[in-house]
Amino acid sequence: MTTKFFGEPVRRREDARLIIGQGRYLDDIGSGAYAAAFVRSPYAHARVLDIDVSAAMDVEGLLAIYTYEDLTGPLAEPLPVLIPHPQLTAPRTGYPLVKDVAQHVGEPIVMVVATDRYIAEDAAGLIEVSYEELPVVVGVDAAEAAEHTVHDDVPDNIAARHHQETGDVEAALAASAHTLSFTQYFERSASMPMEGKGVHARWDDADSSLRVYSSTQASTSVRAAIAAKLELSMEKVEVIAPDVGGGFGVKIVHPWPEELLVPMAARRLGHEVKWTEDRREHFISSAHERQQRQEITVGYDDDGRITALDVLVWHDNGAYTPYGIIVPINTATQLCGPYDIPVYRARVNSVYTNTVIVTPYRGAGRPQGTFAMERTMDRIAQALGIDRALVRERNLIQPDQFPYDWGLTFQDGRPLIYDSGDYPAMMAKLKVLVDWDGFAERRAAAEARGKLLGIGMAPYVEGTGPGPYEGAHVQVLGSGKVLVSTGLTSQGQGHETVFAQLAAAELGVPMEDVVVTTGDTRRFGYAVGTFASRAAVVSGNAVALAARGVKEKALRIAAEVLEADPADLEIDEGLVQVKGTPGASIPLRTVAVLSNPLRYAFDEAARQATQFSGPGDDSKPPVAVGDAPGLEHTDYYSPLRSTFASGAHAVVVEIDPATWEIQIEQYAVVHDCGTIINPMIVEGQVHGGVAQGVGGALYERMAYDRDGQLTNASFMDFLMPYASEVPDVDIDHQSTPSPLNELGIKGAGEAGVIPGSAAIASAIEDAVGRRIAAMPISPTELYDLVRSDAERVTNSSPHDSGAMA
Amino acid sequence: MKPAPFGYADPTSVDEALDVLTSEGEGAKVLAGGQSLLPLLSMRLAAPSTLVDINRVPGLDQISAGPDGVRVGALVRHAQLLASSEAAGVQPLLGRATANVAHPAIRNRGTTVGSIAHADPSGEMTAVLALTDGSVTVATPEGRETIGWGDFFLGPLETSVHGPAVVLDAFFPALPERSGTAFAEIARRKGDYAVCGAGVVVTLDADRRVSSARAAYLSVGLVPEVHDLTDAVVGQPVDTADWTAAGELARGLVDPDGDLHASADYRRLLVATLTARTLADAGAEAARRTA
Ligand SMILES: Cc1cc2nc3c(=O)[nH]c(=O)nc-3n(C[C@H](O)[C@H](O)[C@H](O)COP(=O)(O)OP(=O)(O)OC[C@H]3O[C@@H](n4cnc5c(N)ncnc54)[C@H](O)[C@@H]3O)c2cc1C
Repeated sequence: MTTKFFGEPVRRREDARLIIGQGRYLDDIGSGAYAAAFVRSPYAHARVLDIDVSAAMDVEGLLAIYTYEDLTGPLAEPLPVLIPHPQLTAPRTGYPLVKDVAQHVGEPIVMVVATDRYIAEDAAGLIEVSYEELPVVVGVDAAEAAEHTVHDDVPDNIAARHHQETGDVEAALAASAHTLSFTQYFERSASMPMEGKGVHARWDDADSSLRVYSSTQASTSVRAAIAAKLELSMEKVEVIAPDVGGGFGVKIVHPWPEELLVPMAARRLGHEVKWTEDRREHFISSAHERQQRQEITVGYDDDGRITALDVLVWHDNGAYTPYGIIVPINTATQLCGPYDIPVYRARVNSVYTNTVIVTPYRGAGRPQGTFAMERTMDRIAQALGIDRALVRERNLIQPDQFPYDWGLTFQDGRPLIYDSGDYPAMMAKLKVLVDWDGFAERRAAAEARGKLLGIGMAPYVEGTGPGPYEGAHVQVLGSGKVLVSTGLTSQGQGHETVFAQLAAAELGVPMEDVVVTTGDTRRFGYAVGTFASRAAVVSGNAVALAARGVKEKALRIAAEVLEADPADLEIDEGLVQVKGTPGASIPLRTVAVLSNPLRYAFDEAARQATQFSGPGDDSKPPVAVGDAPGLEHTDYYSPLRSTFASGAHAVVVEIDPATWEIQIEQYAVVHDCGTIINPMIVEGQVHGGVAQGVGGALYERMAYDRDGQLTNASFMDFLMPYASEVPDVDIDHQSTPSPLNELGIKGAGEAGVIPGSAAIASAIEDAVGRRIAAMPISPTELYDLVRSDAERVTNSSPHDSGAMA
Repeated sequence: MKPAPFGYADPTSVDEALDVLTSEGEGAKVLAGGQSLLPLLSMRLAAPSTLVDINRVPGLDQISAGPDGVRVGALVRHAQLLASSEAAGVQPLLGRATANVAHPAIRNRGTTVGSIAHADPSGEMTAVLALTDGSVTVATPEGRETIGWGDFFLGPLETSVHGPAVVLDAFFPALPERSGTAFAEIARRKGDYAVCGAGVVVTLDADRRVSSARAAYLSVGLVPEVHDLTDAVVGQPVDTADWTAAGELARGLVDPDGDLHASADYRRLLVATLTARTLADAGAEAARRTA
C-alpha cells in the first residue's frame, strides 16, 4: 500500500454536494408519486374494535385505504425477528398494520394513499377507529412489577434473560475485602436523524419488477425482506439507499412496516408511491434506546482493585423485539471497559413496555454499560478516599495482557477477545490533556467567582467492526475512472471519501478519478449493513482487497505490453511504470482498455483493443483460461472477530449555584481506533458522538407519561443540543493497530457518544457533592437533588492519594 | 404534518383585510410572519378556514421612535427592531429583549406585533409591552382603538380582541428619566423560549436613591405579569441597594406552574436570581443616567 492518501486528512468530497443542497434524499425522489399517510394508535395499549373509513371515502384525491384485512400472504404475518437468540425466549413483533391490539402510541393501523400528502392526511383525519383501552406498562419498574402485561402471553413481561459470567461471582464477592451495592437509572433518548425514514417504490408492471428507494442503513437486507414479504423473486427487486440524512442506528432496523406497505401499494395501484416520515411520526413510531435500571454489586480490595463485579440490568425493550437482544448483549459484554475484572457476571432482563421499540442507537447499550462501570469506579474511589483516576489506573488491563480473552460471547456470536490496546498510555494522555492533576487550582478560581467546578472522567472499550462480512467491487474504466462500490450504505459518515482514499492508495491513482457508490443493490448485491462502527473495518478492508486484485491484474497486463516482470512495475498517478525506468510506462486507463479484447471500436480508445490493432499472440485465446475481460475485481473481507477500539473522555463542568445551569467548560477526548485512514473524518465522528453524548446527558429524554403518551414528541420539547450547547472538543489520538486485519483498522463511528453520561455525571457529582444516580440531569432536577437528602460525596484530589500509588 | 385545507387572501390595505376578515367570519386568521401560526397549522392544532396575509399591506413595516416612545408597525420583523438604534435609544429594553427571541432565521420572519397578538406568556415582547406600560392600536370595522396591555392580554394565547381585527402597531413608552433597564432569561438551549425571563426598570431620585423598581416576567404566569418591587429597595442608595431582597420579594409574588423543563419551585428560584441580577444591572444604568 502506498501511503499517499492513507492517513491523510483528506477533505470530505461529499460535503460540497450535501451542503449546497444537491444531495438527493428520499423526499427528493419521485415528485409525481402518490403519497401515503398513516392513522396511528393514539393509545399506548388498546384493542382495535372497529375501523370506519366511510367519511374518508368522499375525499377527492383519495386512492386507497389499507387495513390489516387487506394484507395477504407473508405480509399478514408478524414482522421478522431479525436476530434470534436462544435467550430471547419470548420474542414478539408487530404486524405491518395492527391486527388486533396496538402496543404503543404511534403503531400504524391504517394506511391511506392519495394524490398528495395533504390529501392523504385529510383523509386519515376522517377515519374513525374505535378502541378498547387496555392497561398500560411504562418503564422498567412497572414492567418488572408485571401488575399488567404488554403481551397477554408473556405474563412476566420478560422477553429475554441474557446471562453471561466468567466465574463464581457470589464466591468472589464473599471473599472480597469490601463490597458496595447500589442501583441507578438511565433514561431513553433516540437516534433522531435530521432526515426521518422514507420509502419510495415504483412497480414496473410489464417487467413485474420493483425498485425501492429507502432511507435505510441496510439496503441489501431490505431487498431480501421485501422480496420475501411480497413474494417476489430477488432479481425482481432493487433497493437503493439514496443520500441518507443520518441514521445513528434507527435505520438499521428493517423492514419497517412502511418499507413493505409502500411497495405493496405501488404494486397494487400501478403507480409510484412515497412516504416521508414526519417528525412526530419519527418520535412515536421509529425506535428509541437506553432506558435501564442497573443493580450493581462490586467487590474490591484495600487498593481499590476490583475482585468481583455483579450486574443485574432491567432493560426496557419497548413493545417488540425485532432487533433481538443486541442492545442487552452490548451492555453486558462491554460494561467492563478497559478494566481487568477477575470475576464478572451480567444478567440482563429485557422487558416489554407499551412504548416505542428499543433498538440500537449509536453506542447501542455501551453508554449504559460504561455508566454502570464508571459510576462504580467513582464509588470505590470515594469509599477508599483515593483519587478517581488512580482507582481506574490500578484496574486497567495492561498492554502485555493482549489478546485479552474475557470468556464471554460478544454480539457477533464470537468470543469476546480484546485484540490490542494501551489503556495506561491512553489514561496518561487524558490526564495531561485535561490537566487532571492541576484541577484543584481551577476549582478554587471558579469558587472565587461563585461557581462550582467539577471534573469527571470515563474510559471505555468498544467492540467494532463485527462480521459476518462486507464486499467491494473495484473497476477501472477505459476513461481512467475508477468505480468503487459497496453494498454497505452511507448516512453521512464520509464513506465516499474514505473508500476513495483506500482505493486510490492501493491502486496508485489520483483520488479525483475514484467514484464511490454505496448501498445500491444494482451495483453490489451482498452486504450486511452500516452499524456497530464497522464500515471502515469491514468494507474498508474489502475495498483494499478488491483494489489490490485490480492492481494485480493491471500489472499483469501491463507487464506483457511493457515486456517487463509484473514485480518490477508500480502504479503512480494512474501510470503503470517500470520502477526506476522513466519512460517505460502505460496509462492505467489503457490497461483497462486492453483488458477487454474488443471486436467493435466505438471510440478512439477502444480501437487499441480491437482484433486488427496490433500483433497478437496467436497461440493463446484472447481471454486466457481462468481470466475474465475487464479490469475489475470483487473481493470480500470477513473478520475473524470484532476489533476493540478504546478511548477516554474527561469533562469539566461549571455550575451556577444561583440557577443550577450546567456549563461544559472543557471536554477532552483521547481516542484509539487503530490505524487511522483519515484523521479529519475520525475527529468529525468524535465531535458528532460527543454532541450526542452531551445531548443524552444533559438535554434529551423521552418523557412518557403514565398513560404511555410521549409528551415531548417534537423538537420544541425534545431538546437536542444545538451547536451552541456542544462544547469544543480537545482531541488526542493514540493508535494501537488491530492485529486482526491487514490495515490495522478499528471502528470509530460510535466512540464519541459512549462515555458522555458517565463522565458528565461524575463531573456534576464532583461539583455539587451529591450522589448522581440517574441520568440525564437538567438544571431543575439538579436543583431538586441538592435540596434532597441525596447522599453527600467527596472526591479525593490526586494529591491526597498520590502517595498510595 | 401538512395543514388542513384553507383559503388564502392577500389584501393590500387594512380596510381590505378587515373586509375579508368580516366576510370570512370566525374561521379567518391574520397571517403575519407565520412563525407561530404555520407550525400550528402543520400540526393541525389550528385549522383556520382562511388566512388573511397582511404582508402586502403597505406602511405597516415602520418603526417610529419619538420622545414619548417607540411605535412598532405590524410588519416590523424582530430582526428589524433588534437592529434599530433609534428604538434602543428611546427604550433600551426593545433591543435587549428582542435579542432573546428565538434564532436569527425566525427573527428575520417573525414580527414583534405578531408575537404580541399571539399573546404567548413565554414571549419576550409581551413582557416588555407590559413592563413599559405599552399599548396596541387595533383596527376593526368600527374604527381604530388603543388598548392598554392590561386590557389586551386575557390568558395564554388569548386577547380581548375578538371578531375581525388587525393589530396595526404596538407602542412602547420611552424609558423615563433617571432610569435604567435590563433583561435576562434562562432557556434550556440558546434561543429557546425561556423557562424564565425577567425584564426590569429601576428609577432613581435625584439623590441616586431607588424610587421605583418594577419587573415583568415571562414563562411564569398565564399572562405577562408586572410586579412592583419598590418596597424592598425604596430609598436605598443605588450602589448598595439590596437587590437580593427585591429578588426574594419577587419570588414570593409569583405563582408559576411546573412543566417538563422546570418545576414551579425552580422557576421561583430563577425569578429571585434573575430579578436580583437584572435589578443590579438596571440600577447601574440608572445611576449612569443620573449624573
Ligand atoms: C423555533 C421557534 C422559536 C421561537 N422562539 C421564540 C422565543 O424565544 N420568543 C418569542 O417571543 N417567540 C418565539 N418564537 C415565535 C416568534 O417570535 C413568532 O414570530 C411570533 O411569536 C409571532 O409572530 P409572527 O409574525 O410570526 O406571527 P404569526 O405566526 O403570523 O401569527 C401568530 C398569531 O398572531 C396573529 N397575528 C399576527 N399578527 C397579527 C396582527 N397584526 N393582527 C392581528 N393578529 C395578528 C395571527 O393570527 C396568529 O394567531 C419562536 C418561533 C419558533 C418557530
